[in-house]
Amino acid sequence: MTKVNVYVTLRESVVDPQGIAAQEALQTLGFNEVESVRIGRLIELELAGTDSEIETRVKEMCDKLLVNKVIEDYSFEIGEVAGK
Amino acid sequence: MRFAVLSFPGSSCDVDMYHALLDIVGVGAEIVSHQDADLNNFDAVVIPTGASYGDYLRPGALAQSSKSIDSLKAFADSGKPVLGVGNGFQILVEAGILPGAFLRNKGLKFRSGNAKLAVQNTESTFTSIYEQGQQITLPFAHEYGNYYVDADTATQLKEQNRIVFTYEDGNPDGSVEKIAGVLNEQGNVLGMMPLPERAVEEIIGGTDGLPLFRSILKNWSEKNVNHA
Repeated sequence: MTKVNVYVTLRESVVDPQGIAAQEALQTLGFNEVESVRIGRLIELELAGTDSEIETRVKEMCDKLLVNKVIEDYSFEIGEVAGK
Repeated sequence: MRFAVLSFPGSSCDVDMYHALLDIVGVGAEIVSHQDADLNNFDAVVIPTGASYGDYLRPGALAQSSKSIDSLKAFADSGKPVLGVGNGFQILVEAGILPGAFLRNKGLKFRSGNAKLAVQNTESTFTSIYEQGQQITLPFAHEYGNYYVDADTATQLKEQNRIVFTYEDGNPDGSVEKIAGVLNEQGNVLGMMPLPERAVEEIIGGTDGLPLFRSILKNWSEKNVNHA
């Protein structure tokens, strides 16, 4: 079994109101060095297959459902799941 | 004329839509489960609002896994009218039937109330009874009502006269070009965040949604009913 972490982020051209609110809150707490906050999501998959199969399949999953490419970008990391 | 109200798990306003169509507008209407993929016997499809699939992942996204989406795409391609309101609009966008995507409201909050809108296009099958530029008021209720398209698509939508409704109350949710309702290229699919089925009787606070349904009926009747 292989674990894949899919990182979904808002495209640079898209304003992230959550990120802006979190940045303002950080500044209020004294973290004035923070110039930008962008909030995305992490999707953890566990699946079977060879690395090259997984790469193709995960890309399909992202394009079809997991990611909306109008507003989001993604990247993913393929790693092993220990003890399974 | 027969309308299908296409209901997904979590569609919560299917009965409101059914009531508006059947009892107020006076057309045939049936609530169709998303598992009944057959839409062939209908003249129009409406996707009601609610929170299909719990709004998980992104509002409207998981509806793509329903087999009814293929029938819906075929129905839309055939040129018959398709209307998606609220979550129904989000489903149409996620299925790629309409352009764009939805972001969380600019103020990060779920908002509901009455939206002041301007009717920007009265040539569509959904709006021909309204007057150009007419100001109307329709209820809305959404957290992801912030409609987004990139700048090129926004220009294209304007040039092709596909922006049907715009917000006239300051656009607090942040939609691009104040868009509240938009057509597909063919002009037979309309998605809108405000909810016309909640404005069809004075007793519920207004009737500004009624001309929308009557426009669909009128345009269908002119094509399909022989008055000779």
